[in-house]
Amino acid sequence: MSVDAPSKKPIAEAVEVPTFQITLRIERYNPEFDTESHYEDYEVTVHGTDRVLDALHTIKWDMDGSLSFRRSCAHGVCGSDAMRINGKNRLACKTLVKDVNPDKPITIEPIKGLPVEKDLIVDMEPFFDSYREIMPFLVTTGHEPTHERIQSQADKDRFDDTTKCILCAACTSSCPVFWNDGQYFGPAAIVNAHRFIFDSRDEAGDQRLQILNDKEGVWRCRTVFNCTEACPRGIEVTKAIAEVKRAIITRRV
Amino acid sequence: MSTTTSADSNRGPVVTDLTTKSPYERRTHSRGNFELWSWLFMRASGVLLLVLVFGHLFVNLMTGDGIKGVDFAFVAGKWSSPFWQFWDLLMLWLAELHGVNGVRTIINDYTERDSTRLVLKTLLFLSALLVMVLGTLVIFTFDPCIDPNSTLQQCTGR
Repeated sequence: MSVDAPSKKPIAEAVEVPTFQITLRIERYNPEFDTESHYEDYEVTVHGTDRVLDALHTIKWDMDGSLSFRRSCAHGVCGSDAMRINGKNRLACKTLVKDVNPDKPITIEPIKGLPVEKDLIVDMEPFFDSYREIMPFLVTTGHEPTHERIQSQADKDRFDDTTKCILCAACTSSCPVFWNDGQYFGPAAIVNAHRFIFDSRDEAGDQRLQILNDKEGVWRCRTVFNCTEACPRGIEVTKAIAEVKRAIITRRV
Repeated sequence: MSTTTSADSNRGPVVTDLTTKSPYERRTHSRGNFELWSWLFMRASGVLLLVLVFGHLFVNLMTGDGIKGVDFAFVAGKWSSPFWQFWDLLMLWLAELHGVNGVRTIINDYTERDSTRLVLKTLLFLSALLVMVLGTLVIFTFDPCIDPNSTLQQCTGR
């Protein structure tokens, strides 16, 4: 951009961010009264720069306080507000309303495959159970070093991609194999196993590979790529799963 | 853990009660490398089948008289050679096992109850057994002169 471009356009002429009307079609379920979930429409006025989360806040704070959803940091780091927006798993706090076709009603549903507790809140325990099973912590033997465990940049790069996971469950709940019976470990657990299996400082890689060699482990992955598409952090999930598969084959066969 | 029930069947297994085991809890932990070998077999047999099937199609359709030349006598001629017997046997076994394994994963992925799985897989394996036994039998016991009035070259020469 040229330097003198702004001088031609005085700041006073800066265009106001437009405001527009949208309809949010939210899947509601209240365990105290409902036997089945249903959809409710909400007309909301949003700013051009608003995110879906801001629209949900408007509903919860000004229109219908009974609407329930999770969110903590609201800036795409805590991983609390994964939901299905127009049929795709996304973080409500990272999705701009203007990007999800605001001309039509925007459907918002809880993530699939996990039991719904209320509205957009699902029971995340089964998800975290799988996560715990792959031992998501550093395992070492021998003396504890007196300084940091030094690692080369190349060694760090080996698993750098999978350290970005925020455990939002967008990937696991986008996986059709997980939807069926919930027995599959799911992409998130495999991604977090990958993070330690390929960490040069860790010594329990073989143990984790053995855990994922289960019939509900990596072999249930059908390389559908839904997880890679759903990941709000841009992790190459399917690639990570393929690397774990290859590691199991080369280390165990 | 929730004590609620969701009637929406699209929402995955229902957690009904605190006392019942969660449907998400892994039922069994498998030992051994069966799934690993089945995964590898799918890749290896797939590559091999590409060669076998396209070789088969090329020999049958592109060489000689092409599609017009394929008849009882053509097959009889082919199966008089151990090479084509072995080729067709390998193709039959690999295609059948490759297909069965694929359908087995589909059954695993799409059925929800173990009893349904058992019934479907039993049917699948029985059908595969039938096809493979029958196919193998035909390839090895094939008699081009089964018809006494046969005018085939191999039979009239006797």
